[in-house]
Amino acid sequence: MAATFAWIAVGVIVVTSVALMLARDWRWSISLLALQYLAMFVLVLQHWPLGMASVKVVAGWMSAAILGMTRSGLSGPDSAEEETLPRGRPFRLFAAGIVALLVVVVTPGVDTIMADAGFAVTSGSLLLIGMGLLQLGITAHILRVTIGLMTVLAGFEILYSAVEGSVLVAALLAAINLGLALVGSYLLIASNSQEIESV
Amino acid sequence: MNAPTLWIIVPIALGAFLLFFTNQRVLSVLGGSLAILLALIAQFVPIELAMKLGPLSLKIDSSLTVLGRVLLIQPSEGPLLALIYGAAALWFFGAEASKTATRIVPLGFMIIALMVASIAVEPFLYAALFIEMAILLAIPMLTSISRPPGRGVVRFLIYQTLAMPFILLAGWLLSGVEASPGDLALAAQSAAMLGLGFAFLLAIFPLYSWMPLLLEETSPYLVGFLLWILPTMTLIFGAGFLDRYSWLRSASQLILGLRYMGLLMIVTGGTFAAFQRHLGRIMAYGAIAETGFSLLALSLDLRLGIPILFLLIPARALGLAVWSLSLTIIGENVETMRFGAARGVLRITPLAGAGMIVAGLSTGAFPLLAGFPARLALWEGLSRISIGSALWMMVGIVGLLISTFRSLAVISIAEEYTSWERRESPAQMLMLGLGVLGLFILGLFPQALQFILADLPLMFEHLGR
Repeated sequence: MAATFAWIAVGVIVVTSVALMLARDWRWSISLLALQYLAMFVLVLQHWPLGMASVKVVAGWMSAAILGMTRSGLSGPDSAEEETLPRGRPFRLFAAGIVALLVVVVTPGVDTIMADAGFAVTSGSLLLIGMGLLQLGITAHILRVTIGLMTVLAGFEILYSAVEGSVLVAALLAAINLGLALVGSYLLIASNSQEIESV
Repeated sequence: MNAPTLWIIVPIALGAFLLFFTNQRVLSVLGGSLAILLALIAQFVPIELAMKLGPLSLKIDSSLTVLGRVLLIQPSEGPLLALIYGAAALWFFGAEASKTATRIVPLGFMIIALMVASIAVEPFLYAALFIEMAILLAIPMLTSISRPPGRGVVRFLIYQTLAMPFILLAGWLLSGVEASPGDLALAAQSAAMLGLGFAFLLAIFPLYSWMPLLLEETSPYLVGFLLWILPTMTLIFGAGFLDRYSWLRSASQLILGLRYMGLLMIVTGGTFAAFQRHLGRIMAYGAIAETGFSLLALSLDLRLGIPILFLLIPARALGLAVWSLSLTIIGENVETMRFGAARGVLRITPLAGAGMIVAGLSTGAFPLLAGFPARLALWEGLSRISIGSALWMMVGIVGLLISTFRSLAVISIAEEYTSWERRESPAQMLMLGLGVLGLFILGLFPQALQFILADLPLMFEHLGR
């Protein structure tokens, strides 16, 4: 039963991480991020007790809320399109496909290294890391960069939960997630100040 | 009272408290004095040893338990804390002259405390988490809410954040290597992870592109502070890995890797600096070369390399402080720090110009300046192992010196009949004067700091013995 849930979570991660690459409306991005944290929670639950795994989803949702509230308060339009190439949706979809292919190939090897964390856990984690890195590679927009970093960290946290169960680590990683969201919000507000000045 | 509370929690609380102050001078004096106090306690009050003060008995415990894990500051780490907080005092006192006290003092205290926590936490591989928290705190220090962030800040955040997962995973893999030392594949994987993590953290070639960008976008003093504290503590953290894992210490590939990375940093830093036309970018490449010197020190026989590594620390702190303060003052008086705009600036900021040149020369191992003794020892040690490597180090140093002499030419060439019109404030002149004097003193009397530096290798169990 747990394995079924884990594979469903991997499916959700596939959908959310690809959709995050394609989404142009910040509302969709934040909602997808929140959904991604839910899937992450299910995968972390494979190795951690409910109480500790909940920390991940609570911190993740709070981070998403921080970003969402900040973005909703800004007046500027969504800067969905980057100024430089590549920027089209077909390209992003193609790149996401390559990442997915890579994940399929490397999952068995990484799973062996990571103390047999489980195929679902490993593939879900690698998918998030790969998509997050891809996101970081093709954008300079603050909100997208923050979401990209949070996606990479979410992937790493899933993998790390299979080998490390320390309360201190869980607390510090939650603090880092929240800190990243706060820094992202700060930079979002700062970047919006230019738009206000230039109007 | 325990040591982690005194040197980690108290500075964080102090930083939070100082956020409420807005007066540059008060912040600078208060922050500098408190940092000096922490440094003096670290140097003169022994940890884990009861001291009798009349009827009172004072003892600083070494550990603090947090959520089942321990923050532990060993008695042998006292001199390191003294050095770090002493150098922090230097930066904080200079903050008024650079007009950055409202940001560097409160956030600087917190960043330093988190970096100290990264050295103190047990198991030590959790250090990456504290370093990441320090990185996050550095963002509001580097940027202003009223100005859009540049590409450098975003790249800094991305690169430094990506380091954390690699180091944490490497730490876990290393424990596996300890359990089964014969597993070469696992050893290679963990070393690769560790290498990637430190490449991001130390901004090793080619991951240092954020440094020149940052120095174009932000106050040089703030960037200089980060370019001092982050690599310094990261290098000590990295040396801790070498100390704990004997197979890492004895791996000839790792030693070679460190040497080549160090040389690559020195050569690219020096060469790129020679071709820059922006005073800030030259400092960035100087800082890159500084990290290269430290990596090179770690690649030597560690009985020689570790003392050199520690000898590089005060020179780096003072050199960067003087260089970045000078650039901040120059930046206030010119439109941009590009060569075209900075021509003849020596006539309006003579001490800042001199400070920039002396600090640049010190980084370039110019004789009788602070950077010279450590680099000379490094060069000598390197030439015993490989003449080719020593020659490559010379290439980097020549590049650094060329960049400094180019800068000197640019800032001193002025239009004919341009009069001298000094615009430096008394506080700026005082701090620059003391800083330049310090660079000469450390160069002429390198043994001046031996009372702190001599005991620093004791913090390692195996290195430097």
